[in-house]
Amino acid sequence: MSVALEQPREQVKTGRYFGNPWRRPRFLQATTIAYLLWSLLPVVIAIAFSFNDGRSRSAWQGFSMRWWTTDPTDSLLHDPAMRTAMIQTYKLSILTVLIAVPLGTLFAIGIDRWHGRPARSANFLMLLSFVVPEIILGVSLYILFTALFKNVIPLGTNAQLLGLIAYQISYPVIIVRARLLSIGPEYEEAAMDLGATPNQSIRAVLLPLLAPAILASVALVFADTVDDFVTVAALSSTSDTETLAQKIYSAARSSPTPEVNAAATMMLITTLLVIGGGLLFYRRVAKHQGGGGATDFAQL
Amino acid sequence: MDGDQGRGLTLAEIDTPTAPAPPEPEPEPTPERRPRRRKKRASSKEESGVWYPRWYWPSFTVPGTLFLIFMFILPVYVVISVAFGAVDFRNFGAAVPYYAPWWWSFTTFNSTLSKFYSGTHIYLDPLMRTFEYVLAASVICLVLGYAVAYYTARFATKYKGLILILLISPFWISYLMRIYAWQGLLDTNGPINWLLRPIGFGDTNFLAGKSITVIMGLVYGYIPFMILPLFASLDRIQESLLEAGRDLGASGRQTFWRVTVPLSRPAILAGIVIVTLPMFGDYYTNDLLGSTKTSMFGNLITTQREAVQSGGVTATASLVLILSVIVLVPMLYYLRETRRQAEQA
Repeated sequence: MSVALEQPREQVKTGRYFGNPWRRPRFLQATTIAYLLWSLLPVVIAIAFSFNDGRSRSAWQGFSMRWWTTDPTDSLLHDPAMRTAMIQTYKLSILTVLIAVPLGTLFAIGIDRWHGRPARSANFLMLLSFVVPEIILGVSLYILFTALFKNVIPLGTNAQLLGLIAYQISYPVIIVRARLLSIGPEYEEAAMDLGATPNQSIRAVLLPLLAPAILASVALVFADTVDDFVTVAALSSTSDTETLAQKIYSAARSSPTPEVNAAATMMLITTLLVIGGGLLFYRRVAKHQGGGGATDFAQL
Repeated sequence: MDGDQGRGLTLAEIDTPTAPAPPEPEPEPTPERRPRRRKKRASSKEESGVWYPRWYWPSFTVPGTLFLIFMFILPVYVVISVAFGAVDFRNFGAAVPYYAPWWWSFTTFNSTLSKFYSGTHIYLDPLMRTFEYVLAASVICLVLGYAVAYYTARFATKYKGLILILLISPFWISYLMRIYAWQGLLDTNGPINWLLRPIGFGDTNFLAGKSITVIMGLVYGYIPFMILPLFASLDRIQESLLEAGRDLGASGRQTFWRVTVPLSRPAILAGIVIVTLPMFGDYYTNDLLGSTKTSMFGNLITTQREAVQSGGVTATASLVLILSVIVLVPMLYYLRETRRQAEQA
């Protein structure tokens, strides 16, 4: 630190905003604003083009609801292929939430209280499923369902569902565990001292305390499965089991029309509704500050 | 608050009955054990307060673990068996998996592997390209992400909440939609070319297999995963530490490099790993924004998966195995780091 002592004098001469700690960091501010514009404007433009009157999604030809409702064959509302895809998407998302969140919550509670070598291995396995690149898991499951389970679980909705659960199950585990760490075992112990059985104390004390985390998991898993592409695409069989994301992908590779933009916007709306609803509810239940909720979400 | 709690309870009650999906031994053994637990608790109350049957907590993890054994470990094993199996060309190139390790043969696997280094080594270019793109994209992610996270954590006073929401929002927008949006923007007659035309760069076909487009797409897709851990870590750094650095005579720049950066080092490394892992397996970015000239490792896998007739499934399995080996080290590193951080907390 003796070297550093000579620095201040020099700093007066050389320092731009690094020299003066109270100067406004204009460069960083500009970078951040530019980044935010860059990260969100394309999406806004894509949404806007779902209302384009022409077939182009890059040249504006006037406003219309053509690709949403009015066109009798190619609009999101009337295109049977899109409707099948929408139903498939939401069906898979809801079922994934219904299975993955309870499984993950139970797992998180168990792993939080059980300290042993097998617990560590199980937790390791869970975290591994969290970090593994999706293509590895998706294609591995594709090979599983076409080789070993060819006659038991063929490709299709069931395979997609199992794949999605496998990919999503770690989210509730991580969220619920983070909440468990902050709760501690005291409340349950108190309940049991008052005569509750372990099961009763979990149901009446622990689960209500975990409700915000479970809710956050529901929102997150739902949003993530609606958007999922790799797993769902690897495990789909016929066009009946294609989801919105797959439709976007295949249309984007051939001849996309603003109908694809409308489908993508539809996905976005449902995701945001679920996330927004989850966040609002989360804040009410947890009585957290907005930042608390956001950072909890952000940790993923 | 009461109403909220009640709601939480009903939610919990809705949730629990849905749990029994795979074989689940959890709910059923409880009743018979109950009397014994009471007896034992009375005796051991002084030490621990509450006594649980030994199998009680482990049983919670059984359904999830079983699920992962069947849907994560088993598929990996099948992939190995297929990769080290044979191809039945008389049966439309179907894969013949060898499930017993002592039967494993490496001929088909080796023929896939050799495409990386011998003969026309058609797989080498995509592999090298993957490394180049991932490297370039993660460096850009780090530099840009650090700047944004640093600004948000330290200087965004009034608008911090808003900026945070905007930073998180890409997570809720389908990756595919975000890349698809760029496809429209970068079109030859799209807005970007329209903007570039006055400066003489118009009519650039960005989508005809340009590395820069694919790298941009990768950065665009994965940079939120970099920013959030960086923000979380930078936000935790106490102002007093920076002030101490300044008081001891360090310049702003020195404080940044000697205090801020070292303190955020774990987040930097975690961010790099989180960003690179999915990039290694990415194929749709190139599918939408590039061409075969910019194909990456993930594209090799999907191409083989579609070429079932020529033994594609076996080749797919081999490629998945090779990719798994490539990402194994960063994956294990990330897991070790998260565990260390959990232990510190």
